[in-house]
Amino acid sequence: MQVAVLPRSSIAKKALMAVTGAVWIGYLILHMWGNLHIFQGQAEFNHYAEFLREVGEPVFSYAQVLWIIRIVITVSLAAHIWAAYDLYMQARRARSTSYAVKRVVQANYASRFMRIGGVVIILFVIFHLAHYTWGWVTPFDRSDPYTNVIIGFSNPAIVFFYLLALAALGLHLFHGVWSMFQTLGLNSQRFDGFLRGLAVFVALVVPIGFATVPLAVLFGVLN
Amino acid sequence: MRLKLRIWRQKNAQAEGRFVDYNLDGVSEDSSFLEMLDLLNEQLIDRNEEPVHFDHDCREGICGMCGLVINGIAHGPKAAITTCQLHMREFKDGDSITIEPWRAKAFPVLKDLIVDRTAFDRIVQAGGYISVNTGQAPDANVIPVPKSQADQSMDAAACIGCGACVAACPNGSAMLFTSAKLAHLNSLPQGQAERFDRAVLMVNQMDAEGFGGCTNIGECEAVCPKEISLDFIAMMNRDLLRANLMGKGKR
Repeated sequence: MQVAVLPRSSIAKKALMAVTGAVWIGYLILHMWGNLHIFQGQAEFNHYAEFLREVGEPVFSYAQVLWIIRIVITVSLAAHIWAAYDLYMQARRARSTSYAVKRVVQANYASRFMRIGGVVIILFVIFHLAHYTWGWVTPFDRSDPYTNVIIGFSNPAIVFFYLLALAALGLHLFHGVWSMFQTLGLNSQRFDGFLRGLAVFVALVVPIGFATVPLAVLFGVLN
Repeated sequence: MRLKLRIWRQKNAQAEGRFVDYNLDGVSEDSSFLEMLDLLNEQLIDRNEEPVHFDHDCREGICGMCGLVINGIAHGPKAAITTCQLHMREFKDGDSITIEPWRAKAFPVLKDLIVDRTAFDRIVQAGGYISVNTGQAPDANVIPVPKSQADQSMDAAACIGCGACVAACPNGSAMLFTSAKLAHLNSLPQGQAERFDRAVLMVNQMDAEGFGGCTNIGECEAVCPKEISLDFIAMMNRDLLRANLMGKGKR
C-alpha cells in the first residue's frame, strides 16, 4: 500500500519526472541514431523504416514492438507533464506573493527555462507527429519515408521551427540530465563534475544529431 | 552615506502591505545593515512615527533570526553571510535599496519585515530528534564516529534555520533546510535507527506546511549563510525514496 502513498510527496512526483525523463532520453538517443540512416541513401533509410515495424519478429508480430514503444513513451510523457503541472501549481501556491525586486544569484538559464522549454517541446512533438506520422503538413507517401523527409525539410520555415525546438530540447536536457540524478539521490560531490559533464554531452550530441538531417536537406546535401 | 530606502511596511498579518520610501543621511560605511536600520528607526521614533520592525537577535551571524531580501537577494549581495553580517561598505553613497521580508505562503508576514517561521519548528518536531531513553548519560566516545561522517554531520548542522533558502527559491521550497536537518542526524551512527522514518515524517510535514517542490536550480545554496550544499538534498531524496520502498514512516 505504501506505493499508493508515494505520489503525495513532492519528492516522489519529482522522482516520477526523473524516471519518465530517463525513458525519453533513451528514446531520443535511439531516434536520433536511427535518423542518421538517411545519410546512407533512400533504399537504406526506407529499409530501416520498415525494420522498425518488423523488429522483434517472430516473438512479436508486425509493428508490435513499435506500438509497445509508442505506448511507453506516451504514458511517460503524460506522467512527466502531469507531475510538472502539479509541482508548478504547488510552487505557485507556495510563493503566492512575488518580490518587487528579485535577482538570480547562481541558477543557470537552462534551469529556469525548464517549464517554458517543456511547453515548446510539447508543441513541437504535436507538430512533429502531424508532420511525419500523420502526414498532414507536407505531401506525404507512407511507403516512402525518405522522400517525405526531403519534401518536409525543403521549407525553411519548418526547418527553423525544428531547430528552435532542438535548441529548447538542448536546454531542457542540459538541466534535466543532471537534475535527474540529483532528484533520484544519485548525485554527490564526488559525481557532480561527471554528471554535469554527462549533461553537457547529452545536451549537445542529441540535438546536434537531430539537426544534421533538416540542415542537410535544406542545404542540398540530401535530395 | 546617503541612501534611498524602499521598505515593505505592513501593520499586521491581516493588513495589506505596501512599500514606503525613506531618505536616510549620515550612514557610516562601517555600520552593519541592521545598525543602518536602527539609525532609521531612531529618526522615525524622534518624528513620532512607527519604527520599522525587523527580526534580529545575536547580530553575530549564528542565531538565524535576522533575514531580509535586500535588492532582490536574500541576506543581501554578499555570499555566505546573514543580514546582520552585511556592512554598509558593500553599498555606495546615493544607492537605492529595496528591503522586503521573506516571501512564502508558509512564512506569513507578521509585521513589516518580520515573518512567522514556526513552519520550520514543526518540520523539526516531526522527526528532527533521536529517541533516547532517560537514564545516565553514556560515556563519551562509546560510539565510534568516523571523521568523514562527523564532518558531514557538522556541515549539515551548521544550518541556523534562517529561511533564506525558502526566500530565494522561486518555488518557495524548504528542501535545503529539511535536508540539512535530516542529514545532520542521518550522517551519524546515533541517527541510523530512525533514519528512514525521520525522512518520511519530516518530508510529509514539509509538504503539509505548504512549501513548494525543488527544481534543482541552486538559488538556495547560493544565498545560504552557512553554505549548506545541494548534496544534502540528493541525500534526502535518496533516503525518502528508499524509505518509501521499505514502507517506513508509520510511527
